[in-house]
Amino acid sequence: MTLPSNLKRDPTLPEPATSTAAAPASLPRRHFLHKGAAMAGSAFAAGTMGAGLARGESLAIPEAGKAMGRPIPAKEYGMPSKFEKDYVRVRTNVFVNRQNHSDWSFTPLQYQQGIVTPNGVIYERHHNGTPDIDPDTHKLVIHGMVKQPLVFTMSDLMRYPSVSKFYFMECSGNGLTDWTKPASTTVQQTHGLLSCGQWVGVPFSTLLDEAGLAPGAKWLLVEGADGAGHTRSIPLNKAMSDGLLVYALNGEMLRPENGYPLRAFFPGWEGNVNVKWLRRIKVGDQPWHFRSETARYTDPMPDGKWRQFSMEMDAKSVITNPSGGQKLAGAGFYEIRGFAWSGRGKVAKVDVSVDGGKNWREAALEEPVLDKCLTTFRVPWNWDGRLAVLQSRVMDSTGYVQPTIQEIGVARGIHPYAFVQHHNGIQSWAVTERGEVSNVIAS
Amino acid sequence: MSSLPKNILVVSIVSAFAAVAFAQDKPRLGQPITEPDIAPWNIDIRTPDGQGLPAGRGSVADGEKVYNGKCLACHGAKAAGGPVYGTMVGGIGSFKTEKRVLTPGSMYPYAPILYDYINRAMPMDKPQSLTPNEVYAVSAYILNLNGLIPADAVMDQNTLPKVKMPNAGNFYVDDRPDTKSTRCMRDCR
Repeated sequence: MTLPSNLKRDPTLPEPATSTAAAPASLPRRHFLHKGAAMAGSAFAAGTMGAGLARGESLAIPEAGKAMGRPIPAKEYGMPSKFEKDYVRVRTNVFVNRQNHSDWSFTPLQYQQGIVTPNGVIYERHHNGTPDIDPDTHKLVIHGMVKQPLVFTMSDLMRYPSVSKFYFMECSGNGLTDWTKPASTTVQQTHGLLSCGQWVGVPFSTLLDEAGLAPGAKWLLVEGADGAGHTRSIPLNKAMSDGLLVYALNGEMLRPENGYPLRAFFPGWEGNVNVKWLRRIKVGDQPWHFRSETARYTDPMPDGKWRQFSMEMDAKSVITNPSGGQKLAGAGFYEIRGFAWSGRGKVAKVDVSVDGGKNWREAALEEPVLDKCLTTFRVPWNWDGRLAVLQSRVMDSTGYVQPTIQEIGVARGIHPYAFVQHHNGIQSWAVTERGEVSNVIAS
Repeated sequence: MSSLPKNILVVSIVSAFAAVAFAQDKPRLGQPITEPDIAPWNIDIRTPDGQGLPAGRGSVADGEKVYNGKCLACHGAKAAGGPVYGTMVGGIGSFKTEKRVLTPGSMYPYAPILYDYINRAMPMDKPQSLTPNEVYAVSAYILNLNGLIPADAVMDQNTLPKVKMPNAGNFYVDDRPDTKSTRCMRDCR
């Protein structure tokens, strides 16, 4: 039995007397056994799926209990255990780019515990790499259709009344490789352009009110200070209602790859509008129709036309455990769990199917259930050891129900060669008799 | 033993400042700045009408020279695709087929998008380094390769917004939600 990486066997122990088939080394190692060593030693020891101590074998004193641990350094930024090497962002291995400055990397959702994504694994999408910007020299300017153009330093901005809000952030391209075929292996590759955390910053409305909106103002642009000068047009009413100028995430200043020292954040909207390294806000009376909102980030439709400014993220859910690339250790009890979210409100219901969408069971939602935020769902499952197809389906607070891929296909043109955005179809994971979990498109 | 006097001192300081602090609940820390001082950052082009396009001009022939010097290494000869990026030519008429080809010619609804994007983001290893004349010229060259302007055309703030783009009018604003699934629980398929 290959133990999960965080349950390494004490090397002083003998090999277990009853050995089950070892999982291939390439498979993610922590599926289902990562509740702690105590459970592995008790719950799993007597069952069919666990290794552990042979009957009558006594516990050895672990090495950690017989030596001094590491001392406390004078100062440091703490890092994960050296045994957690799988908990990393990875670039796409399906849609491989020939450079890595306009590229993306995925959050390892299969390992995420709880709704907060740690800052080191928040997904990335840059259009010309990550700049390192000195906050002491960074400036934000607000101009255009305002009564008084204004410029702010970071120290100015951080003196303003701030808000701290939990929101998900998802790239509109999340899932773009898997519309017509199950190209990705893991949930990291199918859904990992998704992260969630507590965003801290100043409401757009505070600063726009200070500059004073001129009559007729209806849109604004947000522009980055990076080498892509990434820019999007945003309706003024969105910015004024809940738009944020964010400087911190999950208890610390933004990481460079997430926009340090300042980014825009528009809750529930596609990640691309949350312009990083924000340097400029210009107010106008109409959108600018930049490349990033015409030639890109638009949705191809069946009539050969394009849907534009489709910025709200539709409700979506995904099972993260079990998920693609994992292996169940044998028939028996498992907790099916995952995340659900909606750009239009709260998660109202999540249903789970283990027979490919024929029959469904309502999942338990774990508090907190927050507006435009990841919500954890859980369903207990007694796997009978036969072929199963696992699916989850969310209904949000507007009554919208997550569609199947086929249902979206009726409404939109899903062309295998087009850069299709906004895939919120139901994800299917097949479980074989051998317990292998893989990405499939259920018919 | 000296704690009481300290407390009294602290309280009196807070009282003295509270009236000042609460009198103004808006920080108003923004520094006024004039539009001329913002000009170096004010690079956006409102692409449907070209508002913001600067003075300057560039021909197709000039654009070919700039392109071959600064763009070809990634995008390939005649913008047909190179070692890093795919083609920037063709695809017009492909959007009703199974294989859509997205290029500036097929996709951009407004020609000034070329100016805005090239000026702010290209070349990738030295963005915001091209002169207005160079940006107009490269825009002209890409448009000519796509068959949208003749070989002797010159692009400037007047001519560029007038170029007819085939994908203009083929966009419509978000009309989702576009599916109406139901929460079936038993024998659903």
